[in-house]
Amino acid sequence: MTEHPLKVRGMTVALDGRPVLRQVDLDVSAGEFVTLLGANGSGKSTLVRAAIGLVPTSAGTVELFGTPLRQFKDRSRLGYVPQRSRAVAGVPATMQEIVMSGRLARRRVAGWRTKADIAAVDAAIAKVGLSDRARSSVSEMSGGQQQRALIARALATEAELLIMDEPIAGVDHDNQETLADLLATLVGEGTSVLLVAHELGPLRPLIDRAVVLERGEVTYDGDVVAIRDAEHVHVHHHSSRPEKSDGFSGNPVGRDQVV
Amino acid sequence: MTRLFEALQFEFMRYALAAAIFTGLAAPAVGTFLVQRRLALLGDGLGHVALTGVALGLLANIAPTLTAIVVAALGAVLIELLRMYGRTSADVALAMLFYGGIAGGVLLTNLAGESAASLNAFLFGAITTVGTGDLVLVGVLGLVVVVVSLGLSPQLFAVCQDEEHAKVSGVPVRAYSILIAVLAAVTITVAMQTVGLLLVSALMVVPVAASQQLTRSFRTTHLAAMGIGLFAAVGGLFGSYEIDTAPGPTIVILALAVFAVASLIGAVLTRTRSRRRPVDSL
Repeated sequence: MTEHPLKVRGMTVALDGRPVLRQVDLDVSAGEFVTLLGANGSGKSTLVRAAIGLVPTSAGTVELFGTPLRQFKDRSRLGYVPQRSRAVAGVPATMQEIVMSGRLARRRVAGWRTKADIAAVDAAIAKVGLSDRARSSVSEMSGGQQQRALIARALATEAELLIMDEPIAGVDHDNQETLADLLATLVGEGTSVLLVAHELGPLRPLIDRAVVLERGEVTYDGDVVAIRDAEHVHVHHHSSRPEKSDGFSGNPVGRDQVV
Repeated sequence: MTRLFEALQFEFMRYALAAAIFTGLAAPAVGTFLVQRRLALLGDGLGHVALTGVALGLLANIAPTLTAIVVAALGAVLIELLRMYGRTSADVALAMLFYGGIAGGVLLTNLAGESAASLNAFLFGAITTVGTGDLVLVGVLGLVVVVVSLGLSPQLFAVCQDEEHAKVSGVPVRAYSILIAVLAAVTITVAMQTVGLLLVSALMVVPVAASQQLTRSFRTTHLAAMGIGLFAAVGGLFGSYEIDTAPGPTIVILALAVFAVASLIGAVLTRTRSRRRPVDSL
C-alpha cells in the first residue's frame, strides 16, 4: 500500500488573528482526483497554501507522502500551480525559462540544467500545447497561455501530486478544454490531483471526489455527482430551496410592470 | 585611438580602467535580479547606508571601504528581514534606509571632526585615485559577485521570478534573498570608487533597463546588461578623460544614452513585428 500523497488533520489557520480554517481534514489518495470547492473567502486557497507550507498553521498536521511537511524534502514529487498568474516579473523571461524553474526541485541549492532537464521542459511545454511559443517572452502571451505556462512549470517537475489553485479561473473555454484533456492524460498515468475550483466546467467528468469548504469548515466530502451547481457549491440536500428569481430577466416592459 | 594609449600611459588610468571593468560587469550582474524582483531602488538605499559605513571608517580611522562593506551588508540583511517578517512595506523600509544612511553618514563625519565635504569622493566616486590596495579589493569582490550571480542564476532567477513557487520547490528562498541583498551591498562598495554612492544604483539598473528593450529571455537580458555596463564604465572613463569631466557622472550619462538608443530601436522593432503579424494570430 502506497502512502497518501496528502493527509491533512485538524488544520487550523488564522490570518491576522481572524480564523480562516477550523479543524480541517483533507486526504488525497494515490491516483485520486480531488476537487476543493467553496465560495470566495471560504478558505480553499488558504488550505492548499498551508498544506504546502506557504501559510503557517496554528494547529493540526500535514503529511506529504507519509512525511510531515517540515521534514518533507522530496520536493520533486510535488507540483504547484499558483492561483494568479505571477508569470511576469521586472525582467523579460521566456516560457522555457519559467518552465525550467519547475526543475529546481531536483537541484535546489545549486547546479545548472542538464539534458534531462531540457527534455522534461520540452515535454511539459508540448503537453500544454505551447511548443511554438517556447521561446516567446511570457509578457507577450495571453492570460490563458500564461496560466498554461505555469501548469507546464508544475508538470516539468514530473510530480506525483499536482496541486492547482483555480487553474481555470478567467481562462476561456478552449483553454479549459485543453486543460481537461491534459489532466485526463495525467490522471491516466497515475498522477494525483488536488484542484481548487470555483466552477468545474469541462473538468467535472475527471473528478473522483469533491470536498466543500464553507467559512473555513468542511461541509461536504463525497461524490461529485451530488454537487448540483459547482458555481454556487450547493450540495443536493440544499438544492430543494426554491430558485431565487430576479424577476427582471430580459424584458424591460416586464420590469416596468414589476415596479 | 592614440589618445586612449596616451591615457593608459598613466598608472592611475590603468588602475581606473581595471576598476571600471570590474564595476561595469558586477553591477548589472546582480542588478538584473533586483530589477526582476522590482527592487530597483534597493541599490540606492544601500548606497546611502554605505555612506554611514564610510563615515564610521573616518571616525574610527579604519579603511572606509571595509567599514562601508560591513555596514551596507548589515543594512542589506536588515531590509530583507524587514521585508520577510516586518509589517513595513518594502518602499517605506527603503525610504528609511535613504534617510538613516545620509543622516548617519553626515553626523558621524561631523563627529570625526571633518566637514561633510570630505564625503564627496565617496558620493560621486574618485576612480582616478584608486590605489593598489583598492584595486585588489575591487577586483576580488567584483569577481565574487560576477561568479556567484552567474553560477547561481537558475536558483536566483526562480526566487526573484516567483518566490512562493521557489519555496514550494524547496529552494532556500530566505537564504538566497539575503544573498542577493548582500551581493548588492558588496557591489555598491565596489562601485563606490567608480561612480560613487549616489549614482551606484544607476549602474545596477540602467544597463538592465537598456538591455530589456531588445531582449525576450532572462539569460540574454542578464548577459547583455553586463555587456552594456562594461561598455558604459570603460567608455565613460575614457570619455571623461577626453572631455575633462568627472568619470562617475560620465559613466552614468553614457549608460542612459545606451538606454535611450535601445528604447528607440526596441520601439521600431515592436512596431515592425506587430505589422508583420497576421491578423488571425492577434
